[in-house]
Amino acid sequence: MAIEKLSISKAINASLRTALETDPKVLIMGEDVGKLGGVFRVTDGLQKDFGEDRVIDTPLAESGIVGTAIGLALRGYRPVVEIQFDGFVFPAYDQIVTQLAKMHARALGKVKLPVVIRIPYGGAIGAVEHHSESPEALFAHVAGLKVVSPSNAADAYWMLQQAIQSDDPVIYFEPKRRYHDRAEVDTEAIPGPLHAARVVRQGTDLTLAAYGPMVKTCLEAAAAAEEEGKSLEVLDLRSISPIDFDSIQASVQRTRRLVVVHEAPVFFGSGGEIAARITERCFYHLEAPVLRVGGYHAPYPPSRLEDEYLPGLDRVLDAVDRALAY
Amino acid sequence: MTVESTAPRKTRGGKRAGSRKPAGEPQLVQLLTPEGERVEHPDYAIDVTPEELRGLYRDMVLTRRFDGEATTLQRQGELGLWASLLGQEAAQIGSGRASRADDYVFPTYREHGVAWCRGVDPVNLLGMFRGVNNGGWDPNENNFHLYTIVIGSQALHATGYAMGVAKDGADSAVIAYFGDGASSQGDVAEAFTFSAVYNAPVVFFCQNNQWAISEPTEKQTRVPLYQRAQGYGFPGVRVDGNDVLACLAVTRAALDRARSGQGPMLIEAFTYRMGAHTTSDDPTRYRRDEERELWEAKDPILRLRRLLEREGHADEAFFAELEAESDALAKRVRDTVRTMPDPDRMAIFDNIYADGHALVDEEREQFAAYQASFADEESR
Repeated sequence: MAIEKLSISKAINASLRTALETDPKVLIMGEDVGKLGGVFRVTDGLQKDFGEDRVIDTPLAESGIVGTAIGLALRGYRPVVEIQFDGFVFPAYDQIVTQLAKMHARALGKVKLPVVIRIPYGGAIGAVEHHSESPEALFAHVAGLKVVSPSNAADAYWMLQQAIQSDDPVIYFEPKRRYHDRAEVDTEAIPGPLHAARVVRQGTDLTLAAYGPMVKTCLEAAAAAEEEGKSLEVLDLRSISPIDFDSIQASVQRTRRLVVVHEAPVFFGSGGEIAARITERCFYHLEAPVLRVGGYHAPYPPSRLEDEYLPGLDRVLDAVDRALAY
Repeated sequence: MTVESTAPRKTRGGKRAGSRKPAGEPQLVQLLTPEGERVEHPDYAIDVTPEELRGLYRDMVLTRRFDGEATTLQRQGELGLWASLLGQEAAQIGSGRASRADDYVFPTYREHGVAWCRGVDPVNLLGMFRGVNNGGWDPNENNFHLYTIVIGSQALHATGYAMGVAKDGADSAVIAYFGDGASSQGDVAEAFTFSAVYNAPVVFFCQNNQWAISEPTEKQTRVPLYQRAQGYGFPGVRVDGNDVLACLAVTRAALDRARSGQGPMLIEAFTYRMGAHTTSDDPTRYRRDEERELWEAKDPILRLRRLLEREGHADEAFFAELEAESDALAKRVRDTVRTMPDPDRMAIFDNIYADGHALVDEEREQFAAYQASFADEESR
């Protein structure tokens, strides 16, 4: 059946399965991805069906995972590697930034690096340190990488298909707090290009731009604001590198106000880049400065405090009120 | 070795450990002494024809000449930097000639001799040092990957590539080059782990040239580097890195071993960096001339010349022709580098992505428009 109601984690699983079935060069690599099916069970059953040679339980060494994935890509494979948690990616940061991102350019285009790095990211799951971070800006800052984050099951399925088919390295951030959110997935209809934003709720007074886990938060904020007579448009950015500035611009030219929401710290975050570029593009359309809602310039707090740290409905609505008050 | 007991070490049999080395110094595989004498080794025999000996000699002489020319070109301002391989010719030519065309090589930034063996035009190696590119050759043309500057990273790429070779069921092997300094890097340790766990057909060729810029090997390790392999579950061997025959024999054996499904192996080529780390370095600040003089006596080219002359495998005409060939190579390198054009400024935006990227497209257009604005001004 082409249309199925799936959770985000099951949609990713289905997407990986499709990729393994259709392309013999696709490999799954990571810690505990095989027999266990991953700590979030995202790769559940894949090793059983495709074997240890294609769904590879790796040694516990993130740099080794990405470094060997680069070598496999040079040999013609398309590795899809899993970093178990956001905060564990940094041992691999050197391989990702120094090697993976630059190798295509260094080889004057003669080699391709079709490596996908899946990273469950973000907070609100009551975890211990290093299990709740949002490091996407650290990757978006690096030329040679592409960075995407789906917000729903259909995108989770299709954006992963597109990431695996891409000849460029793609960092695929999975909104782990939304893993169990279910939606209809049509495995026969591509919802659109990988790097295009999408209006997920239309409105007239202000645009909320978000990606990954914050899209749902913004949709909830827009529903709450409607009760107060405010019409908010919600834009699911979907891609963080490149960012679909044309779609943000088109929305802001209609609504004249923009609030960007992400879990990552505001300081030097993707919201800052969006604010700067949209200010350049829409200076005469804007009724208010672009506002940002996100994490603070603080280490991710102990989980008992994470509700205070993370942008929630109230903090989004507070920013909406401030923008509308200009 | 820094760890030495005051009393001579005794083996169980009561003999001094190591027949020709001081106590505590490990044996190394040697097939050609510094005096140019052939010696036998129980594990690594090699049968070379006079023609092959002359070929190895030619490789080393041409590589040294090219390397010296590059150093000169740097001094003349034609290159921004050069990392000389002086002294390491035997390690590189011996191991380089051991690899087959279908093997794959992952070098550091000093593997000019290996590049020569793989058929990479030496001129192509100079592009990154002149600053006209960050790579400059197609890795798949000669199965010779780009020079890797960040120390040790390529050991993992080699391991991953070898994992792919094994998956393909191919009859080839991979060789990863690195140095004594890189042996301290986590990526090299992880490459040892991955290659052992997956039994990958990869040979780790460590040129221990005794110095990581200013730090002697004692700052990297308390055990001889080849012994590290044991802890990962594959063999390690120390070879006389200034002996081209030993490097050839041991690397050939290690690659054959990998090809036949027996997994990785570590070779420590014990050699010496005769020159500076790079042209930006000043070794007089950290090492003594006497040390260099000791290694000069072990010169890799001289010992093979002694053998060729003693055995009558090469005559004066051979050496004269090689000298002329060296001069011609040096001239070609010199002339080509001096006329090597700067890249087009728009190349900044080339090949960043295989599938394109909206921001790169936007910035390329902005940059082109900015540059074009000067042309407009000039035409006014």
